[in-house]
Amino acid sequence: MREKILAVIEKNSRIDIRDLAILLGESEVAVANEIAEMEREHIICGYHTLINWENTSEEKVIALIEVKVTPQRGMGFDKIAERIYQYSEVNAVYLMSGAYDFTVILEGKSMRQVAQFVSDKLSPLESVLSTATHFVLKKYKDHGTVLCDEFQDERMLITP
Amino acid sequence: MRNPLSEKIVTIPPSGIRKFFDIVSEMKDAISLGVGEPDFDTPWHIREEGIYSLEKGRTFYTANAGLRDLRVEIHNYLERKYGVSYHQDKEIIVTVGGSEAIDIAMRAMLDPGDEVLVPQPSFVSYVPCAVLAGGVAVPIELEEKDEFRLTPEKLLEKITPKTKLLVMPFPNNPTGAVMRREHLLEIARIVEEHDLFVLSDEIYSELTYGEEAHVSIASLPGMKERTVLINGFSKAFAMTGWRLGYACAPEVILKQMLKIHQFAIMCAPTTSQYAAIDAMKNSDDDVDHMRESYDQRRRYLLHAFEEMRLECFEPMGAFYTFPSIKRFGMTSDEFANRLLQEEKVAVVPGTAFGDSGEGYLRVSYAYSLKSLKEALGRIERFVNRLDGK
Repeated sequence: MREKILAVIEKNSRIDIRDLAILLGESEVAVANEIAEMEREHIICGYHTLINWENTSEEKVIALIEVKVTPQRGMGFDKIAERIYQYSEVNAVYLMSGAYDFTVILEGKSMRQVAQFVSDKLSPLESVLSTATHFVLKKYKDHGTVLCDEFQDERMLITP
Repeated sequence: MRNPLSEKIVTIPPSGIRKFFDIVSEMKDAISLGVGEPDFDTPWHIREEGIYSLEKGRTFYTANAGLRDLRVEIHNYLERKYGVSYHQDKEIIVTVGGSEAIDIAMRAMLDPGDEVLVPQPSFVSYVPCAVLAGGVAVPIELEEKDEFRLTPEKLLEKITPKTKLLVMPFPNNPTGAVMRREHLLEIARIVEEHDLFVLSDEIYSELTYGEEAHVSIASLPGMKERTVLINGFSKAFAMTGWRLGYACAPEVILKQMLKIHQFAIMCAPTTSQYAAIDAMKNSDDDVDHMRESYDQRRRYLLHAFEEMRLECFEPMGAFYTFPSIKRFGMTSDEFANRLLQEEKVAVVPGTAFGDSGEGYLRVSYAYSLKSLKEALGRIERFVNRLDGK
């Protein structure tokens, strides 16, 4: 049941428990318990909203920063990551395989603000060797959802 | 001037669906639960293969029977999924949708006066195709008490010395009925005893719900040599517009079907065939995902019907429910028309699929949850009004 619950709410976290239970052919109580259990186990870590900020008047700049680091004695990747992800403007931090170590996704009000974060906060960290900052120009698809076009049912109304 | 028309074609009534379609089309802002096709787009990797074949300039005819690579994949697929084995060079033909396969199978097998047993309610094409092929269509009226399955009793009742072909439309459009192995075994026994042939339209085979998977009648002992198995890409892979299906049959039948296809069609669309190769090879996950999604909505609809006291047997296949409206004392036509006029919801009257569909509606769940909710809310309002609530 867990996988099925997750598959539905990953796409629609606002579905009510009652509908979800009907879709899955389970009782409401069972579904509610399972979700509560998954929240406790940190399988479900939050319920966020997918916002296309481009359609608002809000200015947002999103940057993807490649970070190379040298892990220091007594301080592995996890510790360095923590130093980075604690900043509230940091949206995501991933440890990567390949040419660099961390992907840091950062949200700021302007390019200047992002640049400032990189030069004032990220680069000076002792373990950080280098950074490369890429700004997002346009989001086409995010979290499996296409942002730029609207779905229209173009099927004929009645077909055999 | 002489009458330009053939008497045979003039006497065939137009599809009951068509009539209703014309009414619905004139109504603006109607919401529909009336389609017989998936609400998914064809998975991108399949579309991409079609596009690539165009880019490569593969715009030629294919062999009459279809691309050999595709026939090999169909062979593999049927063996893997249903345990039936058809020879890629002798027993498989790629057609323009399952519909063409129905037509050419009937034309290849029927002589004037041969009787074709057509269990109903069922897809709209069997009867006209039988008639066009010179046969005589004999409906078998299936009933809700049998979960709209074909029972041995009902079959035996309609067999005469002239009976040649039995149509097996399962999983069924419009009822959603399925035939499990034990039911098929009973039918197969009678088919052998009476020396009949079977046209098994299994276009919805992938959309079978519950623990038990679809069973093809062709996989039962002694049945392959008596069966024309029809399937296609429209429903399982959400490829209705590509117009691609296939038929598998013993060489002696297939050879004649191929002849008709050769003269009438030449070959199925080449672009679609290239895309279909990928569909057969790489779509198991997509199909699982779509099946699960239909299954969820199937439960949702059944639950909603229960709440509004609209009786409905549990369909285990395809993407239709077939609720009964008998308690309202209206015909299916009246009910569907009033529902359309008063609440602007389009569903298909059961009678579009044969007389035994009287008292029922076909309600499709190939829609988003949001659309279903809106439509069900309106249906509930309508039903409550009829109930005087």
